[in-house]
Amino acid sequence: MDALPDFDVIRPTSIAEVVAARKAHPDSRMIGGGTDLLVNIRRGIEKPPVLIDTAGLDELKTIEADETGLTVGASVRLVDLATHEGVRRHYPAIAEAAGSIAGPSHRNMGTVGGNIALDTRCIFYNQSEWWRETNNHCLKTELGEMCHVAPKSKGVCFATYSGDLAPAFLLFGGSVDLAGPEGERSVAMNDFFIGYSKQDGSTGDGIVYMAIKPGEMIVRVRATGTPGLNSAYDKVRIRRTIEYPVAGCAAAVRRDGDAIADVRIAFTGTNPRPVLLEGTDALVGKPWDENAQQVVDDLCKDQLMSMKTTFTPGHYRRRVATQMSKRLVGRLFEQPA
Amino acid sequence: MAKRLISFTLNGKQHDGVAPDNTLLLDYLREGLKLTGTKTGCDGGECGACTVLVDGRPQLSCLTLVGQVEGKTVETVEAMSVNGRLSPVQEGFHVKLGSQCGACTPGFIVAAEGLLRENPTPTDDDIKWALGSNICRCTGYIKIYEAVRYAAAKMRGEEPAPYPPTDYSKVA
Repeated sequence: MDALPDFDVIRPTSIAEVVAARKAHPDSRMIGGGTDLLVNIRRGIEKPPVLIDTAGLDELKTIEADETGLTVGASVRLVDLATHEGVRRHYPAIAEAAGSIAGPSHRNMGTVGGNIALDTRCIFYNQSEWWRETNNHCLKTELGEMCHVAPKSKGVCFATYSGDLAPAFLLFGGSVDLAGPEGERSVAMNDFFIGYSKQDGSTGDGIVYMAIKPGEMIVRVRATGTPGLNSAYDKVRIRRTIEYPVAGCAAAVRRDGDAIADVRIAFTGTNPRPVLLEGTDALVGKPWDENAQQVVDDLCKDQLMSMKTTFTPGHYRRRVATQMSKRLVGRLFEQPA
Repeated sequence: MAKRLISFTLNGKQHDGVAPDNTLLLDYLREGLKLTGTKTGCDGGECGACTVLVDGRPQLSCLTLVGQVEGKTVETVEAMSVNGRLSPVQEGFHVKLGSQCGACTPGFIVAAEGLLRENPTPTDDDIKWALGSNICRCTGYIKIYEAVRYAAAKMRGEEPAPYPPTDYSKVA
């Protein structure tokens, strides 16, 4: 790790002050817990001249959770979200996802906003400066010209999104509140993440993975409750703490008699965006049997695009994700509501 | 780059100092204040050797800017012993041989202290989970879990079992 470069830290106490600071320093970065950002700065990946510390924003440290909806401020610590009584009761997938991020000391530092906006990761990107230099850098940094994961990608980056909270929020129709120079706006989480990595460049990729305008910040994250929905989160990693996920899966099931009445599945660690599986409506009204599992298999094969962005191969991560989702749905299907 | 005044409670005493904005809490403690009990390990949040308690919760001082603890309470491993007597957690590591090369030990002691303050009766899973941000390459962790169980019993005022044989068949 290199020494930290010179930078100034601004410590605002209101959203208006943050917006003003972002306007005055367009190259600034927001720092919550700093568990990911400071590592990237010390690896020379980013060199922001100004950091804006969000720890003084008391208005963004509240959690409101009941059966109809959940609102979480962006400066809430992950440990507080994971242990919140209302979140654990009504949104178990979100509490489990928050409680599985990195290790316990990291969760005491990291914030919800930081995990939602977590930078996409790649084995050719999250390396020291000299490592990247000897490898001719990569697309995601300013100096690189080629994606080493997909050399024929025509300028499209495939770095993987690994945040754990986003798939859990996607199950519950999550949305993100943004504050910027033009006031506040709310974006559905499925539209907020735009890293589709289409070859024609019509959408975002691993570099531009959020629909966030310059000068905007995440202020709140919301979810909507559905009565009778069982939900859970699971992830596989190289060891059971600290590591980023090989693949993560959030699932929610509502059972009606012997048939599925509602099923939602979302993934992280596979694509440059968290993926809410499309086409799961085909399972509604059917029992959870081999045919239903085959449907999930096919949907995953179609929509998960894991590439060689970590030291586990892409096809392995897709199989892990698929298997994990089937295991979770099966467990939730048997679990009493 | 301008230097800035900082003040926080360090090991029970009010501390006022001056540091540039890009100073890490770890460097400030070790190089500025010569509190070298807190160790530099991976320097990137992967090993937990630099763990300190901030407002009673274990945090990684290698990923904390010193300005981020402004007005907070910081406790390092130096604050654990009282009047030269080992704390229950330190005694546990000593008696149960929870430390070998010792590079990770301050981090483990601080993280275990944070756990036992919040939860005086941790299960084995609680202990494993709470020490998840710390890595030890010598002991194989079993002796560390025994040390924390010893400390937990001691802090509850119970007499720890003198030699609890570990049932290795039950340890994952």
